[in-house]
Amino acid sequence: MSYDKFSKIISPAVPLPLENVDTDQIIPARYLKAIERKGFGENLFHDWRYDKNNKPVKDFVLNNKKYSGKILVGGKNFGSGSSREHAAWALYDYGFRVVVSSFFADIFKGNSLNNGLLPVVVSPEFLQKIFDKIEKNPETKFEVDIEKQKFTILSTGESTTFEINNYKKHCLENGLDDIDYLINMKKSIEQFENK
Amino acid sequence: MEKKTLFDKIWDAHVIKKVEGGPNVLYIDRHYIHEVTSPVAFSGLKNRGLKVFRPSQTTAAPDHNVPTLHQGRPITDVQSKTQVEQLEKNCKESGITHYGLGTEEHGIIHIIGPQLGLTQPGMTIVCGDSHTSTHGALGSIAFGIGTSEVEMVLASQCIMQAKPKKMRISIDGNLSNGVTAKDVVLYVIAQISTSGGTGHFVEFAGSTIRQMSMDGRMTVCNMSIECGARGGMIAPDETTFEYIKGRKFAPKGEDWNKSVAKWKTLHTDEDAEFDKEYHFKAEDIEPMITFGTNPGMGVGISQDIPMGDNLQGSDKTSFIKALDYMNFKPGEKMEGKKIDYVFLGSCTNGRIEDFIMFAKMIEGKKKAENVTVWLVPGSKGVEKQIKAEGLDKIFEEAGIPLREPGCSACLAMNDDKIPAGKYSVSTSNRNFQGRQGPGSRTLLASPLTAAAAAITGVVTDPRKLL
Ligand code: SF4
Repeated sequence: MSYDKFSKIISPAVPLPLENVDTDQIIPARYLKAIERKGFGENLFHDWRYDKNNKPVKDFVLNNKKYSGKILVGGKNFGSGSSREHAAWALYDYGFRVVVSSFFADIFKGNSLNNGLLPVVVSPEFLQKIFDKIEKNPETKFEVDIEKQKFTILSTGESTTFEINNYKKHCLENGLDDIDYLINMKKSIEQFENK
Repeated sequence: MEKKTLFDKIWDAHVIKKVEGGPNVLYIDRHYIHEVTSPVAFSGLKNRGLKVFRPSQTTAAPDHNVPTLHQGRPITDVQSKTQVEQLEKNCKESGITHYGLGTEEHGIIHIIGPQLGLTQPGMTIVCGDSHTSTHGALGSIAFGIGTSEVEMVLASQCIMQAKPKKMRISIDGNLSNGVTAKDVVLYVIAQISTSGGTGHFVEFAGSTIRQMSMDGRMTVCNMSIECGARGGMIAPDETTFEYIKGRKFAPKGEDWNKSVAKWKTLHTDEDAEFDKEYHFKAEDIEPMITFGTNPGMGVGISQDIPMGDNLQGSDKTSFIKALDYMNFKPGEKMEGKKIDYVFLGSCTNGRIEDFIMFAKMIEGKKKAENVTVWLVPGSKGVEKQIKAEGLDKIFEEAGIPLREPGCSACLAMNDDKIPAGKYSVSTSNRNFQGRQGPGSRTLLASPLTAAAAAITGVVTDPRKLL
């Protein structure tokens, strides 16, 4: 077990209305040199967050005090590019527990689910609605109810459901991961090998 | 009998269990690891008090971080050095074969797997690296995984995966002179976009693919991931068997005949169904070059950068942002654009055939003054072939020294970084912002187009120099 149990989240959200945010942007390759799964949040979106002299870029969302929360809202095709899991770790380590988009790259989605970060897919229209709400009022709160698989804009009560498979849901809710499951299967694996 | 695709046949034969409302437990035959995505998996394993379950099915090589000059000397970057040393240490402790710097097998893991005969048809293969898809060219199911999954494979030789959907991309006809496997795959990505393959596993088929060499097929499967697909594969045939025969870990003697007989059953049954199909014609493909910051932003080299008029909303914003980063304008010509660097290498185009193509074009010529050229073989094996065929002499006469193997400027984790604002014509697979170094500007292209640019110093249609 390597992450916290996932329960209901109520939080404002950080908007990043860009498409095709790739994993090289989420965490640039030169920050992948660690040999432990710690501290990647510091370099999350590094090249957008800091300028050449390592000074915070004022208008980047993570540096803008207006925005906060455990939910990141991104544009279409979020997490494309390299399969590096560090992208999910960096988002988690920074404090995000949910990423919302209308479309996620496959590997990124799998990596997130394996690391306690919930990818929530909503329709492009609903996504726009979320962006609009945050723009109007950055303090707008959202509720992510994993049990009911429901995402709600609390100020208006508008909500949408999202997909997650039962197995992953069970894992997230209990803070379990696939390895816990697999090591309990050793017998079947050995039988398969001897077939 | 149920009609199955090539993908179904291999996948289904490796499923140990289907989890209720969840993924499949998939058995993995071959696991490749490198220094960047494995250390955390090993430390995770240790924290759980577990040992590597089947060390003989994992093979390791450091590639992402390694210097491509003076490999005999200690690595100067402290963190790179730590990762490279940690890999060796982890392998030693667990009994995993490790092809370290200085060994004759060393190289980029996706190059050495096939080269050593470790990659074989019908296998399931994974590695903590998206371009694992390369191995699909030999008729295996091969795909990239995250570090958690690396840990799973180390712990249990299995991963948990939902079965992807199936897509077939058929390309038929003869490629014209100057058009290579790289152009084929860049063309496909430009047509179906970088998310066109999402959720799918691709089988590449058609006469164009059948005519390709193994090296070319590997280039195509390598980049299948860039259209969003989980991976790409090609049914094994005589070309495949011929390639594998006699390699270090290839089946020998009676085993060989048995294996080939089995491999021959690995093809998509007639009338098997795909979730999606695409057809392309080889004659429509010209040498390709990218102008933007994802591999789908490519055009035929004789064409102009699109105007982007048909784009809307955030698509438009991304398009403008990309051109802005590249300092290009809609409607401009790609040909004639001045460039600063040329990179030949990576698991996309770091095999011997790529160096032969490059050498043929540059033979008897000099590289342009304004251009720095990095020639980085994909492995020691490739380096040896280059020298055996005397290609290194041709490069030297052109004013370009040969470097030592590694991922190099493909992702610029070592010292091979393209400086900010500079343009590089690169045979690698990704042109994301900063991929080849902070602020670098990448134009993806084939080895022939890269050679043409190295000679002229500007983006050049390689057909004009043939
Ligand atoms: S050459 Fe590039 S794409 Fe291939 S494994 Fe190395 S970094 Fe990844």
